[in-house]
Amino acid sequence: MKVLVAVKRVVDANVNIRVKADATGVELSNVKMAMNPFDEIGVEEAVRLKESGTASEVVAVSAGSSACQETLRTALAMGADRAILVNTDMELQPLAVAKILKAIVDRENPKVILLGKQAIDDDSNATGQMLAALLGWSQGTHISKLLVTDNEVEITREIDGGLETLKLTPPSVLTTDLRLNEPRYASLPNIMKAKKKPIDEVIPEELGVDVTPRLTVLKVEEPPKRSAGVKVSSVKELVEKLRDEAGVI
Amino acid sequence: MSHYQAPVRDFLFVLDEVLGVSAYGNVEGFGDVGTDLATTIIGEAAKLAEDVIAPINQMGDQQGCHFENGVVTTPSGYREAFRAYAEGGWIGVSADPDHGGQGLPHVYASVIGEMMASASLAFETYPGLISGAIEAIERHGTPEQKETYLPQLIAGKWGGTMNLTEPHCGTDLGLIKTRAEVKDDGSYSLTGTKIFITAGEHDLTENIIHLVLARIPGSPEGVRGISLFIVPKFLASGDSEGSMEVTRNNVVCSSVERKMGLKASSTCVMSFDSATGYLLGESNKGMRAMFTMMNAARLGVAIQGIGVSESAYQMASTYARERCQGRALNGPAKPNQVADPIIVHPDVRRMLLTMRAYNEGARALALWTGLQIDLSRKHPDQGTRRNASDFVALMTPVIKACFTDMGFESANLGLQCFGGHGYVSDTGIEQLVRDARITQIYEGTSGIQALDLVGRKLPAHAGRYLRSLFHPIDSFIQENGEDPELKDFVLPLAKSFARVQQATSWIVEHGMQNPEHGAAGASDYLRMLGLVALAYMWARMAKISLSQIQKGSEDRQFYEGKLDVGRFFMARILPDTSSLLSKISSGADPVMRMPSEAF
Ligand SMILES: Cc1cc2nc3c(=O)[nH]c(=O)nc-3n(C[C@H](O)[C@H](O)[C@H](O)COP(=O)(O)OP(=O)(O)OC[C@H]3O[C@@H](n4cnc5c(N)ncnc54)[C@H](O)[C@@H]3O)c2cc1C
Repeated sequence: MKVLVAVKRVVDANVNIRVKADATGVELSNVKMAMNPFDEIGVEEAVRLKESGTASEVVAVSAGSSACQETLRTALAMGADRAILVNTDMELQPLAVAKILKAIVDRENPKVILLGKQAIDDDSNATGQMLAALLGWSQGTHISKLLVTDNEVEITREIDGGLETLKLTPPSVLTTDLRLNEPRYASLPNIMKAKKKPIDEVIPEELGVDVTPRLTVLKVEEPPKRSAGVKVSSVKELVEKLRDEAGVI
Repeated sequence: MSHYQAPVRDFLFVLDEVLGVSAYGNVEGFGDVGTDLATTIIGEAAKLAEDVIAPINQMGDQQGCHFENGVVTTPSGYREAFRAYAEGGWIGVSADPDHGGQGLPHVYASVIGEMMASASLAFETYPGLISGAIEAIERHGTPEQKETYLPQLIAGKWGGTMNLTEPHCGTDLGLIKTRAEVKDDGSYSLTGTKIFITAGEHDLTENIIHLVLARIPGSPEGVRGISLFIVPKFLASGDSEGSMEVTRNNVVCSSVERKMGLKASSTCVMSFDSATGYLLGESNKGMRAMFTMMNAARLGVAIQGIGVSESAYQMASTYARERCQGRALNGPAKPNQVADPIIVHPDVRRMLLTMRAYNEGARALALWTGLQIDLSRKHPDQGTRRNASDFVALMTPVIKACFTDMGFESANLGLQCFGGHGYVSDTGIEQLVRDARITQIYEGTSGIQALDLVGRKLPAHAGRYLRSLFHPIDSFIQENGEDPELKDFVLPLAKSFARVQQATSWIVEHGMQNPEHGAAGASDYLRMLGLVALAYMWARMAKISLSQIQKGSEDRQFYEGKLDVGRFFMARILPDTSSLLSKISSGADPVMRMPSEAF
């Protein structure tokens, strides 16, 4: 069984995001980049499937500029077998990524594709769902547990008020949530071995995919600063303030 | 989450743009590492430093090492962090792949070393000493010794130590008394006391391999009669049936020092009582064996200085942007707040920029030196090897003393940015001041580095070592002297270069009449040479940055930052060379005139 796993290069989770002065986006120059944390969880899960003998091959895919090679190297160092870079300098929106991934799925025929539930840069939470629709596959989103057998995929998702367990008929698109696993650190020997693993490059045109953005970004701005709170002396005062000043009850 | 974020962008800038490491594909070890692999390696090491090691640093300082009945317990979290470090394969970064190492060039080991030192200097001493032991055994061990010790050390299953210091001898190792008597089976029996032994006893590894300097009876007096021995904590001996018996060797930790900082690193008194040891290398060549590792070890300590300084800068610059006191002198920066962040104040900026200018300049110079260590060992061309080895010989004492002095200065400036909140323990910056202090002492005090520079390195081969630094500086000035854009950099560089040449001539000339003339100004001369070498790095970095900005680089902000910090260095730090020149040329009299009894 082949597993595909999608990885995105994003601003490192520890970086304080700063909006560009001209409000066209966030500052990316001189900013540390890393693999999207949810994708790390995806890679970890795929590698565990391989280690447990369930998966026979793990292929990592990334779409974006040549710099994404670094992200793919990390996936390879964590244990993926090979990688594919869909190389483009165009801005990629979720639909474009879903189309690219569909084209790759058509070539590779995996049984399962793992994606992060969202990327921490634009937080769209859309690519996995769009991909499932384009492929006509079953989808399991926000999964916190995964069990794959020959003809069944069992997943657990965290929902309001509890856990939901679903059985899917593969092939399936799966998106990872935080508690699915704790990704490993790539060891230096594995990083060194990863350099011998192949990264294939294609461009969107070769895949017959039009990645032109469909959405226009009007403006990016910082969220309003939180103003200081007030101390109340009694529950009564709290209720009054919530009703009269905040207007929430 | 800890405050530390590895300066990955700056590492890559230095490696790719300043040093151009990709041009050394023909040198063993370099061909394997392209930019994307280097980025992955640095990125993964950064994760380990930020997420695993930095978080245990402050608690390690508070708890310290616990000693009871000869057993040392490291602070909580240390065992887990050490295991993550060892299992990640980070101990054998540049060790021989035949024994499980990764064979990476030294320059990358230096990058990783800086991150680990920033994350926790105390923690880093444990893997750091293992690397030292690996290098010693790789270079001087017999094939059997390599087979026995290297795989275990590289895997982090066994620890390593360096046992030089004794109660009556630190700097002057010729006084070593520990005795090693040969036994019938060719092994030795060691008896004596060593003090201040880092990682001499701990609970991180199942065995500890002590490397011990000792004297074989009948050897010549002084440093020529000292040999190096391997003394394992546990000995394994096979019997004829092939089963292994493990026995405890007679080397014990008799106490652990209480000290100013570096508290999570155990500093041990080690007693050898007829302990079994094995000669490493040739007898009476122990000091020479130690010297072959000295350059790399001293570069390692220099980098510890930078590591602590980087950590201090990150803490202080974050604090200075948040802490609000007073108003900017030319009108409020934040009119709708009651006060401005202290980063508006010239004096706070002076402190932060001093730290930053040290860090970035020192990083470039240290990595350049690390690269030269690789070239001196592995470059196919003999001339290049010799020139690189001259440069390393010259610069090792300079960067060891200069960067550890700067590291301490910088930690102290960082504390000052915090005011009283820096002096109390919670913010964590006072720990950096205490931890940084040792780097100026171990692996040879700053004063001893200065004597090495003036007494040995300057006169060697009629000044040949010095030329390995002066030639590139001279040609840079020739090539770029006319460039109006670079004038703020090349002009100060040229002036300070003239001064250091003057100082050199003064020392060479007067030192010949009376060696105290050289020794009295040695520390000042070392600092001066360090500042000029840093100025050269800053000028090179400025040149690259200007051209990147002209080319319309996307990273404009990064390069503009370099130019701003570089200008500060030239205007506010480099001028110290002129007062250093006056001090040096005042000679021995002001320091030697007063009789010792008068102190
Ligand atoms: C925390 C810690 C960890 C250590 N780890 C180790 C270890 O792992 N292994 C090990 O072997 N040692 C270790 N040491 C010992 C350390 O290397 C020595 O302390 C250091 O070399 C200085 O020796 P000393 O303390 O005897 O000082 P001394 O040699 O007594 O020097 C005292 C002062 O005199 C100056 N001085 C001495 N001789 C001269 C001279 N000829 N000319 C000019 N000035 C001179 C020195 O610069 C210094 O300022 C450690 C020490 C500490 C505190």
